[in-house]
Amino acid sequence: MSKIAKLPPRLPRLSPLSFALSIGVAAVVIVSILQVAPSVGQLADGVPNLANLVSRMLPPNLESAFLQRTFWRILETFQIALAGAVIGIVISLPIAWISARGVGPFGRIGAFLTKAFVSFLRTVPDLVWALLFVATVGLGAVARTMTIVVDTIGFCGRFFAEVIEDSEKEPQEAISAIGGNRLSILFGAIIPDVMPSLINSSLFALEKAVRSSVVLGLVGAGGIGQELKVAFDMFQYRNASTIILVIFVIVLGMEWVTDRLRRKLQ
Amino acid sequence: MLDHLPEKFASVDIVSTPVITTHALAKTYRNGREVLKGINLTIRQGERVALIGSNGSGKSTLLRCLIGLNEVSSGKVTTLGETFTAAPTKAQRVALRRQTGFVFQKHCLVRRRSVLSNVVHGMLSEAGSWRGFAQCLAPESWRSAALDALAEVNLADRANARADTLSGGQQQRVAVARALVRRPRLLIADEPAASLDPVSGHEVMAIFARLCADHGITMLFTSHDMNHVLEYADRIVALKEGRILFDKPSATTTDADLKETFRVENR
Repeated sequence: MSKIAKLPPRLPRLSPLSFALSIGVAAVVIVSILQVAPSVGQLADGVPNLANLVSRMLPPNLESAFLQRTFWRILETFQIALAGAVIGIVISLPIAWISARGVGPFGRIGAFLTKAFVSFLRTVPDLVWALLFVATVGLGAVARTMTIVVDTIGFCGRFFAEVIEDSEKEPQEAISAIGGNRLSILFGAIIPDVMPSLINSSLFALEKAVRSSVVLGLVGAGGIGQELKVAFDMFQYRNASTIILVIFVIVLGMEWVTDRLRRKLQ
Repeated sequence: MLDHLPEKFASVDIVSTPVITTHALAKTYRNGREVLKGINLTIRQGERVALIGSNGSGKSTLLRCLIGLNEVSSGKVTTLGETFTAAPTKAQRVALRRQTGFVFQKHCLVRRRSVLSNVVHGMLSEAGSWRGFAQCLAPESWRSAALDALAEVNLADRANARADTLSGGQQQRVAVARALVRRPRLLIADEPAASLDPVSGHEVMAIFARLCADHGITMLFTSHDMNHVLEYADRIVALKEGRILFDKPSATTTDADLKETFRVENR
């Protein structure tokens, strides 16, 4: 048998620092699970309470007056989600262009500052934004719409910037080579190339906005979420189960529609 | 290397106006690699010049330096009356690129747009550039010019087709139409037929040569296909290790010249 080179190791050798970090991370995960994760005993104790709650929620309240009120609340919730998401998506487009590295009109500093701004919007949870807007513009739909606008900018601003950065470079270079400016490159090469990804991210943002719009009612920003909170606070569990079912149908319907649209795009 | 020299495509009256002049042009990349070393070159109005050389000889870099797509390390470049040293100013860059058509090895089309929209993109350096987003937004004059350019590359009947439904050869013809839609004074093509089969390659090169001859456009292209070089160029400039090895009419270029261009030095 001819002389062959020594086989390389199957796994890369860890440096002492990497090894220590891995052990540290594993320790934090294990300690966290032990301290806050539910134990089997706790879960078993909760089962009778859950059964009791479910029995009080059934059958769902199907009185026409209540269903009518729920319908208007859900419609308002959907309108808030739609308006907030659309405004957020439109604002996200120029923000993403500015924050995309190597593409935006204001260079690296402009990209860095805009990215930092988008990160800030994303890092603060939507419930905190909702509390802030409720405190500034008062209870109701406007506070919720503004929260969804901010939340959508945080989400779409980042994803739009990423797809713009990853867009095909050759058509951009071709337009640059024939004298096109940054705006020409944006409209002529980047947007047509990334349009399916932009629409895809926008549909996710819309789905997310519908879910957020429901949850935001729990902090007093109106809509179906507030109706759900009132139902639980007043021990009207049959009303609560109806609202939960309606929310489930709406979110499911939304996902079905967006899935179909996404498939069509591909 | 070649058994015979193919017949020339067409002869052109060469007017003496220089379109490109370089003086001691040098380019060194950031990693310290010297790609171009003192290139002195003059290309006149209406000439069809082929730039040849092995991989890494500096052909593509030279093409890109001529229109300011790459920065020049030292020396001077004058292209279409715009003289610059390191890089053209923004105004110069816009001015010279408006008069230049550039065709890449890959067609560089926007795949999801129609063929007509892609040719309309050729007008993007004009005023109101946002209207080049799609042909439906473009002014009527742009749309007509784009359709005329497509007719010249025999693709007018595919104007509404999506760009990625065309064959490789057809896509490169669309790229030619896009480069020529504004009737540039200079056409630069970086291995335009390299990714095509022999028949499509000849087709694209023949279209190039015909349109340049018809409209008096100066043509500078690189190629590894010596049949293309000898058939479609009036003049051949050979680069070797960043320097001009020879610069002579294609009719007088010999097998020995070509062999020397691609000969690998013993190291």
